[in-house]
Amino acid sequence: MEFIGHFNYWVVITLMMIGLYIVIAHSNLVKKLIGINIFQTSIFILFISMGKITGGTAPILSETHTLYSAPLPHVLILTAIVVGIATTALGLALVIRINKAFGTVEDDEIQKEM
Amino acid sequence: MSSHLPLLQVVIPLLAAPVCVILHNRIAGWCLATLVSLVSFIIACTLLAQASSGEAITYALGGWAAPAGIEYHLDRLTAFLLVIITGLATFILLGARENLESEIAADRMYLFYTAFLLNMTGLLGVIMTGDAFNVFVFIEIASLSSYAMISISKDKRSLYAAYKYLILGTLGASFILIAIGLLYSLTGTLNIYDLHNRLADIENTRTLTTALVFFVIGIGLKAAIWPLHLWLPDAYTSSPSIVSTFLAGTSTKVFIYVLVRFLYSLFGVEFSFEVAGVQYLLLLMAAAGILYGSVQAVRQDSIKRLLAFSSVAQIGYMVLGIALASSAGLAAGLIHVFNHAIIKVTLFLCVANIIYYTGTDSISKLAGIGKKMPFTVAMLVIAGLSLIGVPLTAGFISKWFLIDAVIAKDLWLLVVLVVFSSILAVVYIWKIVEVAYFKEGDTVIHDRPVPYTTYAALMIFTAACIYFGLQTDVSVGVAMATAEGLTGIAP
Repeated sequence: MEFIGHFNYWVVITLMMIGLYIVIAHSNLVKKLIGINIFQTSIFILFISMGKITGGTAPILSETHTLYSAPLPHVLILTAIVVGIATTALGLALVIRINKAFGTVEDDEIQKEM
Repeated sequence: MSSHLPLLQVVIPLLAAPVCVILHNRIAGWCLATLVSLVSFIIACTLLAQASSGEAITYALGGWAAPAGIEYHLDRLTAFLLVIITGLATFILLGARENLESEIAADRMYLFYTAFLLNMTGLLGVIMTGDAFNVFVFIEIASLSSYAMISISKDKRSLYAAYKYLILGTLGASFILIAIGLLYSLTGTLNIYDLHNRLADIENTRTLTTALVFFVIGIGLKAAIWPLHLWLPDAYTSSPSIVSTFLAGTSTKVFIYVLVRFLYSLFGVEFSFEVAGVQYLLLLMAAAGILYGSVQAVRQDSIKRLLAFSSVAQIGYMVLGIALASSAGLAAGLIHVFNHAIIKVTLFLCVANIIYYTGTDSISKLAGIGKKMPFTVAMLVIAGLSLIGVPLTAGFISKWFLIDAVIAKDLWLLVVLVVFSSILAVVYIWKIVEVAYFKEGDTVIHDRPVPYTTYAALMIFTAACIYFGLQTDVSVGVAMATAEGLTGIAP
């Protein structure tokens, strides 16, 4: 039960480690950005999982519902998603310019040229 | 009006940034950025005067009171840092227009000023806010704009340096986000001061320790604490000189401030340093950083890279003071945050001048530069002496308080380390002085005179290096009062 009860958190940890591994292990700059994205997505799931209460509904005042899930983590994650998009966009823009300047997007080949 | 000053401090540069894009002109962009910095500086000075009574000023955004709403929290430390950031921004911009234009393509200048204003917004916001999630958002505003500022250089290596900083910086910010998430799940609040009160009941849980460790690693990446400093040397070396100047003086300092704020105000001294044992981790990182940074600095040929590695060592000093967990140590760390900001800015401005005049910062190509640029090199020597920690300069004050605090804790090995690192600082500053004054050579590549405004800015900063070595009421006073407030013990 313990494992199933914490299913979300296992997914978070797995995704986080996959993302971190991609960032460290891959030499392709675009793949590194994908790794960062997977890493950030795992944090989004972490936040949203924390806000969920079993049987809780959306926080709308109504006579039939008394148990609400926490809405704040969702709002925080909306902001974090925006930050994530900005980071990815800036990262990809940098990769495009790196590709123009160095003629490659492979980490090891760029290091040779520097 | 004056009650809204805390908000205006952050909002004015934020609103000026898009205006800068609309203006689409390099001169107008410079005028706007400088004007906004100056206005922010005046606001910051007013706020410091308001906060100097010792009473914290709070500002509830949109009228929603904390902890439900977001609050801006202003005490002596925050006001003091606001003055440093805005003051540095103003005087650097005043003197740096020609220099910036020599290193950045003309059609991109207005974008640089936009990024600069956004960076300032982020830094000021991080300092001002009392909300943990807001800290994350402002950190990302500051970081994203600094990636852009680094990559705007004509040097193609800056693209790769910015990319590397982006990857490591994003990881750091994500770690901080995880820490904030865990804290929120424990307490249900995001206000830093409210968090502190609520955490008192739930100390010793594993979640809280995990949050602390995630936070320390994340902010370590942002503040470039050894061994998480890997992005810093490349970023400072290849970015435009003025950008290195600004980032060296402000960005890492603000992240050190976040470290202090979270460890002392949020987690609490006892939990951070005694229960969770982060003290040993931080002391180790600081000691290794001090040694590594200084040794690497001695080996560099590029002056910018040399100064970057020296920054790694100096960040080590600050973390060392903070990690001592005594009020004297914290005060020493904060004094060094302030003094080092001024010293490093002066040194980087000198290098910016040298690059403007000769087109290179490689020590081996600068033989005899002392005769061609007597004023700049003289200022470089004064700031260098201050970095080493010679009496009558600002650097001496911070070293004095730091060594005093370390001795009070009976950590003699660290005393030896600090002194040894200062000797290494003598070596790497001497490397520059020797080439500049005692070697003959012909180095000038483009013989263009350095503008007087740059000299004026340089003179102001050098004067500050000496002034704050003689007149320590402001820097030491604020640091002492803050340290006493945060640890509850008079230093």
